[in-house]
Amino acid sequence: MGFLDIKQATKSYGAVQVLHETNISIEEGEFLVLVGPSGCGKSTLLNMIAGLEEITTGEIAIRGRSMNGVKPADRNIAMVFQSYALYPNMTVSGNISFGMEMHGIPKPEREKRIAQVSDLLQISHLLDRKPGQLSGGQRQRVAMGRALVREPDVFLFDEPLSNLDAKLRVDMRTEIKKLHQKLGTTIVYVTHDQIEALTLSTRIAVMFGGYVQQLGTPKEIYDNPANMFVAGFMGSPSMNLFPAKVVSADGKAAAEVKLADGNTAAIPFANGMLSSSVGRDIVLGLRPEAITDQDGADRNSRAIHVVNAPVEVTEPAGSDTFVVSQIGGKDVTGRFRADVAVNAGETFPFAFNMEKAVAFDPQSENRIV
Amino acid sequence: MSTAPDTRAFDPTAAGAGSGRKILQTSLRPARVILYLLLALFCIYYLLPLYVMVVNSLKPLSEITAGGMMALPRDWTLAPWQSAWSTAQVGVEATGLRPYFINSIIMVVPAVALSTLLGALNGYVLTKWTFRGATVLFGLLLFGCFIPFQIVLIPMARVLGLIGLAGTVPGLIFVHLVYGIGFSTLYFRNYYAAFPTELVRAAQIDGAGFFRIFWRILLPSSGPIAVVCIIWQFTNIWNDFLFGASFSDFDSQPMTVALNNLVQSSTGVKEYNVHFAGAIMAALPTLLVYIVAGRYFVRGLMAGSVKG
Repeated sequence: MGFLDIKQATKSYGAVQVLHETNISIEEGEFLVLVGPSGCGKSTLLNMIAGLEEITTGEIAIRGRSMNGVKPADRNIAMVFQSYALYPNMTVSGNISFGMEMHGIPKPEREKRIAQVSDLLQISHLLDRKPGQLSGGQRQRVAMGRALVREPDVFLFDEPLSNLDAKLRVDMRTEIKKLHQKLGTTIVYVTHDQIEALTLSTRIAVMFGGYVQQLGTPKEIYDNPANMFVAGFMGSPSMNLFPAKVVSADGKAAAEVKLADGNTAAIPFANGMLSSSVGRDIVLGLRPEAITDQDGADRNSRAIHVVNAPVEVTEPAGSDTFVVSQIGGKDVTGRFRADVAVNAGETFPFAFNMEKAVAFDPQSENRIV
Repeated sequence: MSTAPDTRAFDPTAAGAGSGRKILQTSLRPARVILYLLLALFCIYYLLPLYVMVVNSLKPLSEITAGGMMALPRDWTLAPWQSAWSTAQVGVEATGLRPYFINSIIMVVPAVALSTLLGALNGYVLTKWTFRGATVLFGLLLFGCFIPFQIVLIPMARVLGLIGLAGTVPGLIFVHLVYGIGFSTLYFRNYYAAFPTELVRAAQIDGAGFFRIFWRILLPSSGPIAVVCIIWQFTNIWNDFLFGASFSDFDSQPMTVALNNLVQSSTGVKEYNVHFAGAIMAALPTLLVYIVAGRYFVRGLMAGSVKG
């Protein structure tokens, strides 16, 4: 039993089931990120933990106490909303103290805690202002202050950074991570931004279509995606997924792929992978950083295979150059070093690091190996 | 919500108008003069009735009957005002309009306050605590706004009789309250529909209950729409004649009915100067409300039309 347990929880609106049976157990001090595209059920799940939405079936428990039917105010949780949801008619200190006031905490204690929290978040000079007079980043801090001051069991964040501009978002992301390391609180964080998910979390639940597709550490999710959705959703640029056929080449299993110039290439798998599945159609998954120029290939890998393929587009991105080639009818992106001389239209050697390769079933879209 | 400073900052008439006026003065002068003349003419046209009322309420009756309706008084006197207020014959008693003015105040203040408050509460429930059938209920409330007064007269008389409020001021308050809720609900529902629901959720998590959220979060942010609602209700209820005439007794008549009785009194001479004074008295409170709260009225009516 964990600190926060979601046991077989589901949510339906009438006949429409928006969240299918979900089981997640979170330890104290964990940072769980629920990530997925719009409408995947992540915010619904967060609202169910908060008590803003009822649980249709199943149970949610915090510290072993069932939260079914418990009012949001009595769950000892705090929430930071996407729009910050600061009370427009109250000052910053009024906003921060409102929750404590509702919970009957005496005034001297309230003021002490406001001082502590505003000090921590560097908003002491803003305490007498109204939310309308604050910038986006300041509002964000106040919203976090309002949550922190309650000293709750669980913090819930609902896309807290999506209203900030790009630079501020990166800064606040770091601050949230620092805050988590400093305070060691339990956090459930909803976002559609997979970079936020990878950087902040101790564990990630990737959600799609009302199902948790995969639950694991950022490294597990990134290196060993459970299915094609997770593989395609996490990482930027996303994992290359292209059709291949398992063939036998020199006594080893290899992936036969069609190149854009009409040739086929057989890329041998590493470590005897798929050796018993010769003849099978698969979807091969390789991250862009596993498809490089020859000199940029991972020196520790023992399964680098070079294929000459026509270059369709090059996208210089400063630190790297992304090189696109058509393989099996799909755009496949490789991450080349920035100073490699490669031009669109020519045929260029691509180095495939097959130690990083994953394979999916084309029908079920689930991972084979 | 707290858009007041923003809208002022973007008000085109506030800062940048100086330069615009300069251009108009130099290039469009003749057109400008004609425009102002025309506006002045309209002003005079609309103010003329008020002029007639004020002037005639301040002169002795003999000056009016002599035919000098438009002239300024030769003998300035406040006697018509005193008479209309405290001694004129209204109906059968010579009490002046004072007791009826008080009746109207006693009626209008609670009726406006309660209908506004209940409208706000309805709007809050209809937008933030929606339930099955909420839209239908709102539709029915809206329907109530547009039912002609005459249709409800007899059923209402029956209801007032049943609950023992027939012919009393509380009875009139009840009637106006019932009739006012439709409009005030319409105002507040539309206003609160734009109010972020996340605020209500945040307050729920903070531990505030249904009424606490209403009092502490929603009502303090409802200034503009409350002013619109109060002006609307005040004007309607104060000026109402039909319900006042139908559901009141001699001692509970509102100002409008009493004014009618004053003017219609068939005994003795028609004291036109007293009638004019009484009519101004009856109009003063609404005038006052418009002057005090009028600028919020325009701002409130516009609220929500432009996202600021």
